[in-house]
Amino acid sequence: MKNNVNRELPDDVMTQLNLKPFQTTEIGHPTIQRAAPKLVATTGSDKLKDSLAEIVQATVKDGMTISFHHHFRNGDFVFNMVMRLIIDQGIKNLTLAPSSLTGIMNDLVIEAIEAGTVTNITSSGMRGKLGEFVSAGHLANPVIFRSHGGRARAIEEGAIKIDVAFLGVPNADRLGNANGMNGDAVFGSLGYALMDAQYANKVVLLTDNIVPYPNTPASIKQTQVDYVVKVDQVGDPDKIGSGATRFTTDPKELKIAKTVNEVITKSPYFKEDFSFQTGSGGAALAVTRYLRQAMLDHNIKASFALGGITKPTTDLLKEGLVRKIMDVQDFDRGAAESMHTNANQQEIDASWYADPYNKGAMVDQLDVVILSALEIDTKFNVNVMSGSDGVIRGAIGGHQDAATAKMTIISAPLVRGRLATVVPDVTTVVTPGDSIDVLVTEVGIAINPKRQDLIAALENVPGIPVFTIEELQQKAAAIVGNAQPIEYTDKTVALIEYRDGTIIDAIKQVKD
Amino acid sequence: MEIKQTALAGTLESSDIQIMLSKGADGIKINLDSDVKKQFGTQITAVITEVLQKFEIENANVKAVDKGALDCVIKARTIAAAQRALGTTDKPAWEVL
Repeated sequence: MKNNVNRELPDDVMTQLNLKPFQTTEIGHPTIQRAAPKLVATTGSDKLKDSLAEIVQATVKDGMTISFHHHFRNGDFVFNMVMRLIIDQGIKNLTLAPSSLTGIMNDLVIEAIEAGTVTNITSSGMRGKLGEFVSAGHLANPVIFRSHGGRARAIEEGAIKIDVAFLGVPNADRLGNANGMNGDAVFGSLGYALMDAQYANKVVLLTDNIVPYPNTPASIKQTQVDYVVKVDQVGDPDKIGSGATRFTTDPKELKIAKTVNEVITKSPYFKEDFSFQTGSGGAALAVTRYLRQAMLDHNIKASFALGGITKPTTDLLKEGLVRKIMDVQDFDRGAAESMHTNANQQEIDASWYADPYNKGAMVDQLDVVILSALEIDTKFNVNVMSGSDGVIRGAIGGHQDAATAKMTIISAPLVRGRLATVVPDVTTVVTPGDSIDVLVTEVGIAINPKRQDLIAALENVPGIPVFTIEELQQKAAAIVGNAQPIEYTDKTVALIEYRDGTIIDAIKQVKD
Repeated sequence: MEIKQTALAGTLESSDIQIMLSKGADGIKINLDSDVKKQFGTQITAVITEVLQKFEIENANVKAVDKGALDCVIKARTIAAAQRALGTTDKPAWEVL
């Protein structure tokens, strides 16, 4: 069957998993029945444990769904510690349902698949060796990729039913009150893990820092936690964040950032109390700096900044240019520390951030978002999941969710090396073109024809050439030439869910 | 034309290609290493072959390590490697350019 972005979906897999094809970005007002966890009542006097092995043995059984968060990013010690024990205990047929998978987890995930320990995966993304391994068809069942908002929805609906959540935290008391702000391995917001803490049947906290009871502020609460396990170290502080955020000197990135800033400030959304989200890439950080100057020049303040937060954004908060930061994740230490000291930096969970099936998510209130792309096609569909060689090497993150903003800007170079970014058809559709409003490249911009209002606002800005997206695609092709199509087998290795749970694309095994 | 010595041109920086030319006995043999081999392998080897043919080199072993170079770069590096291999760097082959 084909869906509404003209992607062929595998009938057998769709029927077997009872999935529906993507139709529209409109969510409407569906009635939702939420799932609830099954728990064992306790007064909580015996939660503190020394032996992780015993807790794994007591909680994890064949066929269960287990979860982790990825707030430690590449400094994570928790995932490998737990997965080592699970593999060694000979547990089989698990569904792995982390908020995302980072590179440091790759080796053990591959080992767990080879051992039959893990047979199903759902994640925001995967990269490196694991992406290659899955793209080569080594996992029996297709991976289901979900956005951060989509994962929150799936957990609330019971499509992801977590049996045991193993959540690393930089501090906890003996009953399980914990936050991401104090200790050695701080990462700031616990946004993604809060879903697991609320909905998993069993919640196991791992920490290297037991603090006196009661611990506040308590992002994860004692009412949610079954066990608190003391371990030597939960993470490597140097690898959690990108450290001091470096301002790009790449002239191409600076040109793109400057143009993005022009698009924002010349748009109808740049006015008092506007709201925005930027990512963590070099160009996105530069945009924040240009935007700061524009806000000062025009005496405009933002009502809130959203999403994954970096130090340049918390600096705007300190300066009073942004009134609130709604923080689901912190990308660097500066942003994590700011959460500690600034009451206007509010920790939000993934549902509050981006879930389409709740009573109003933050992304629905968002004016402007700047997102990246591996590829964007002439229908404005965006790929952030697979390389031009067809191999999985990315993550949805909040891409589909934040793209519901009133003005969604994709910032991307026209070409990267010999690969075109603007293409006739993306390798994998992750975010539908209906959500995308403006593409900014180093040679100029393209505006989605359905946004005639933005075309009128932006067509005569000095120094910003406006092209059709077909013209940009042809410019890219003139530089790099025409790529030969990638060959695939019939095996489906992954499905991409849209934020409402419908299937927007499938990824096939790459032929060797 | 006969290759006199093994010659190298280009670097391993991104967007460059390193071409190593050495004597061969059995036509033009190209060993290509590239991250974009699946999409552009045929095109890259065609550009290299075309340049060598213009120099009338009939037998050569080519080791090409591509880091995402565009055709113009591939052409320039192949010309440099060919002239070094032929020992004709003092007489730039303008007609090939």
